[in-house]
Amino acid sequence: MTAPLRIGFIPLVDAAALIVAVDKGFAAAEGLDIELVREVSWSNVRDKLNIGLFDAAHLLAPVAIASSLGLGHVKVPIVAPFNLGINGNAITVSPALLAALTEAIDGDRFDPMATAKALARVVAKRRKAGAEPLTFGMTFPFSTHNYQLRFWMAAAGVDPDEDVRLVVLPPPYMVDSLKSGHVDAFCVGAPWNSIAVDLGVGHILHFVSDILVHAAEKVLAVRQTWADKNPDVVAALVRAAEKAAVFIEHPENRTEAARILAQPERIGVDAEVVQRTLDGRLKISPDGTFRESGRYLLVGREGAGRPDPVQAAWLYAQMVRWGQAPLTPDGVKTAMAVFRPELCDAALGRPQPTEAPAPFGAFAGPAFDPDDISGHLEAFAVGRWKT
Amino acid sequence: MSAEQSPKIVIVDESPIRAAILQEGLREAGFTQVVHISEMQSLLARIYAVDPDIILIDLENPSRDVLEAMFQVSRAVKRPIAMFVDQSDSASIQASVEAGVSAYIVDGLKKERIKPILDLCVSRFNAFAKLQEELERTKSQLEDRKIIEKAKGILMRVKGLNEDEAYVLLRSTAMREKKKIGEIAQSIITASEMLK
Repeated sequence: MTAPLRIGFIPLVDAAALIVAVDKGFAAAEGLDIELVREVSWSNVRDKLNIGLFDAAHLLAPVAIASSLGLGHVKVPIVAPFNLGINGNAITVSPALLAALTEAIDGDRFDPMATAKALARVVAKRRKAGAEPLTFGMTFPFSTHNYQLRFWMAAAGVDPDEDVRLVVLPPPYMVDSLKSGHVDAFCVGAPWNSIAVDLGVGHILHFVSDILVHAAEKVLAVRQTWADKNPDVVAALVRAAEKAAVFIEHPENRTEAARILAQPERIGVDAEVVQRTLDGRLKISPDGTFRESGRYLLVGREGAGRPDPVQAAWLYAQMVRWGQAPLTPDGVKTAMAVFRPELCDAALGRPQPTEAPAPFGAFAGPAFDPDDISGHLEAFAVGRWKT
Repeated sequence: MSAEQSPKIVIVDESPIRAAILQEGLREAGFTQVVHISEMQSLLARIYAVDPDIILIDLENPSRDVLEAMFQVSRAVKRPIAMFVDQSDSASIQASVEAGVSAYIVDGLKKERIKPILDLCVSRFNAFAKLQEELERTKSQLEDRKIIEKAKGILMRVKGLNEDEAYVLLRSTAMREKKKIGEIAQSIITASEMLK
């Protein structure tokens, strides 16, 4: 038995593998004694991990990279031996914004290019009328939510820093902010989109898998120095998380997994809402319209747990595109070194897979090449990586 | 310290008591310009209006992420804002995170002037946590006492004991069962309610 571990998490469905690993006993079976600590902000999770109050954390993949690069805060190298989730976010809009988009749209309501173009028209019309710019809520400057919103709107020429307002909101405040008109839309993880729909204050416009088919979302993060000192614990953690992920993905276990996650000291919402997310069958409108997608949130399927350094490079490219980081060869290397597939493979005792990892499947722009980030970014009209 | 020398400090805290303790401490230490913001709606607008040199925020406040974003955005618009905490200050960060406070310091303020503020915050936050703990303990003791009184009454009535005998029975049962007297008392109350 090793020393007790303290692991921080944010109450979101993509902490599932970690929570189930502990509450279903997979961690104990690996000889781990884990205390899960529920946190209120990503800044807290990052800081407590960085200074050693946490041994590991459920962390936004871009925060792990930003911490390793020293962006926005102190520089503490982080490694991610396991990916806790692929996708899992959604863009929810107010009924008024949905109506405006529906009026302006030319094409399929579920086609992100059609909705982005509709957004561009709505933005132009509002500007002409002298109306306030639309406000979009997201969870953190270094977050997939931020990059997914930006990627989507910029594809139709909407400049996220000029044409709309992007504001950070803690996930539990999202629904209230939409209801009060403080924001017109938001991008957040589960269960908050569903809660907005259930309360009748929002419509899910897109699953983020409409924008990027396969994008790293949250990672199991540990400090590089801690990982170096505790390789066996890291391996045991990966095995426990993998077992939990496999458990969650079995359809017959979903109800039990949802019940575990719904507990008040874990995510603390209705189990039925959690299950919708795990099943990828979400109510998207208050009138009861459901939409189903096998790609809404991948916890263990399609090799979701194995970190892919190319995904880390893509996230770094987004930081560069939006002026958060300079583009340097060292930066690319540091970002890619955060995602550690070899630690995952070694822990699970399996050979390196021979087939290439799943591509992003971005709805716009050329395929991503980590060896040519500047060439890749050149292809996008909107961005501020040179300014 | 004159008013112009004293840095403008914003305290973001939803607990009015803790904020008051902090405010008082800072005033005593000679910091004259201290503003408390408890309303989380339009936090950024309020902060911009005050234009502080230092922002102190309770770690359990979800709006910390909002402040992080402010620093990002401000850098983009070339407003001279930076984090005070750099690599060399890891001991300060650790102390403040452990105490439950986080400080954001606007660029241009000398580090030597920040240190005493942060130290003061850490000690005040620790003092507040201790106070809170004591309060909780007193509360639960009071609660226990009420329950024990009630259980004693039930025992006296049902078993015809006097007050001392009822208490001795409660205590010896608690010792035998390796439980707290309060727990035994609670189970007596629960049982008697079920048997009504």
